[in-house]
Amino acid sequence: MDESGAKEHVDRGEFPGHRTASGVLAEFETPADLVRAAVRVREAGYRRWDAHTPFPIHGLDRAMGIKDTALGWIVLGGGIFGCLLGLWMQWWTNAVDYPFIISGKPLWSLPANIPIIFELTILFSALSAFFGMLILNGLPKHHHWAFSEDRFSRVTSDRYFISIEASDSNFDIEESRALLESAGSVGAKVVWEREHEDKLGSDNDGD
Amino acid sequence: MEQLANPDQREEKRNLDDGRTWFSTPAAWVGLILLGGGGAVAFFSEDRLQRFLQSYLFAYTFFLTLALGALFFVLISHLTRAGWSVTLRRLAEDLAVCLWLSALLFVPIILGLGHLYEWARPEIVANDALLQEKEAYLNVPFFILRWVFYFTVWIGLAHYFYRLSGQQDETGDPALTLRMERLSAPGMLLFSLTITFASFDLLMSLDAHWFSTIFGVYFFSGMVASFFALLALLVIVIQRFGILEQSVTVEHLHDLGKLTFGFIVFWAYIAFSQYMLIWYANLPEETGWYERRQEGAWMWASLVLLVGHFFVPFLFLMSKHIKRRKGLLAAGACWVLLMHAFDLYWIIMPQKHFGEAGRIPFHPFDVVCMAGFALLFFAAGRDAMRRRCLIPQRDPRLAEALAFENES
Repeated sequence: MDESGAKEHVDRGEFPGHRTASGVLAEFETPADLVRAAVRVREAGYRRWDAHTPFPIHGLDRAMGIKDTALGWIVLGGGIFGCLLGLWMQWWTNAVDYPFIISGKPLWSLPANIPIIFELTILFSALSAFFGMLILNGLPKHHHWAFSEDRFSRVTSDRYFISIEASDSNFDIEESRALLESAGSVGAKVVWEREHEDKLGSDNDGD
Repeated sequence: MEQLANPDQREEKRNLDDGRTWFSTPAAWVGLILLGGGGAVAFFSEDRLQRFLQSYLFAYTFFLTLALGALFFVLISHLTRAGWSVTLRRLAEDLAVCLWLSALLFVPIILGLGHLYEWARPEIVANDALLQEKEAYLNVPFFILRWVFYFTVWIGLAHYFYRLSGQQDETGDPALTLRMERLSAPGMLLFSLTITFASFDLLMSLDAHWFSTIFGVYFFSGMVASFFALLALLVIVIQRFGILEQSVTVEHLHDLGKLTFGFIVFWAYIAFSQYMLIWYANLPEETGWYERRQEGAWMWASLVLLVGHFFVPFLFLMSKHIKRRKGLLAAGACWVLLMHAFDLYWIIMPQKHFGEAGRIPFHPFDVVCMAGFALLFFAAGRDAMRRRCLIPQRDPRLAEALAFENES
């Protein structure tokens, strides 16, 4: 049933008409197949593509050639900013703008300021980690063309997918699909823009 | 070795395969001669006996904390059913079992109690209302009784895990893992209580007027940070001799670096918490302890501790690229161990009854005792390590540890 389902999708792809492709979506049965295929896709020089799995797979990052994230630097920047903000804020409010003696301590007294400095360092590190992660991952993303494929729902349970975006400069409908099929996919399919518009029921763009 | 995750892995050396026993190890003899010789020199010149015992306590505490840190790692690994650390656990078991040596070397401290602790000197207690109030706890027989209890618990736990883990090497019985996991929870409770009271007895009661309820946690934080540094260093060193080259990977070292880093931050958090509450409340009975550490040269020592025990390793060990390079990680680990020793020196040495304030009382005894203890513990650790395979080779979670990878 899987086999015929995949076939049917592929067959429909052979009559593209005038529609534009969103990309190619390829299904794999095992993590090992996926990792092997990811190496092939990377070696073919694709840049705008992704792998989708139900759980993290060791070695997939390396197979895909994903570079080290810059997130650490963003967090470091956020942390330093929070640290300086805490320091400046307490100095300005307590020692400059409104001098006030608290329990006999000097107006600007570092030990008393450290908890706030620490908390703001943590706060801004956490915020920059959270938002930095979202931005670097291109999130929030409300829709991706792969979601318009019913079979793609299995990505959360027992199937592994690779998607290549049509916007990749190396993208070629036939070649990209052939590459994924030869790389061990049990079904590589071109996804057309039209299809998800149909699904959404918005067929009013005058095709 | 059928558990090897990767069948392509070539055979690696997993034993310290030499026939030398503990007593034939020259290190042990040199260590004994150093400690005995230093003690003899001090004993025959009465005024220096106290100074020797200070150094002895300093070196003693350093190695006690490392062995206790190893016991903590064994306990927490079983308590959390850790898979990643299986290939490191045997090394910790071997280090923890050295606690018998700590028990043996505790005898000179008991013999010299009066030189180290004011509460152990009746003539001082007789004129000190506070010490009289504390006498119900701080008295010599109860002190000895407590330490007998601590060592019974520590050595009992260390040997239990050492023995069962060794049995599993022969039988491969996964039920042994369950038995070790079952003991790890009550074991952890006993461990945390005993190390807390041990820190009160050994270090805090040096200044028996002073108290800090967080002191046990402070002791623990330095202990664990330096143990992880030691474990990383130990792995890097034995790998240079071609041992455990495959089963302990850069991923494990990366995690040891992370744990060292984490506990360095924890140490700073606890050290600052202790300092800030005392500084803020500004009560004379509490501030004296810090005041002595801010007089004269000790002020500089305190700043060196703050920078050297926190800022330097914090910034140095932060990067993943440093933690994943053996040479750099080893350098960081050495630094952390050095700073842990300095931390203990900073706790132990500036006592009113140890001499004039504001001066760092460095003495060659410090080096002699450190070297003596280092050699003895080296010999004891090596003896524990050479008896069997250096990884628990039939642990049910071994495959998980061998295949372990950090998410990058």
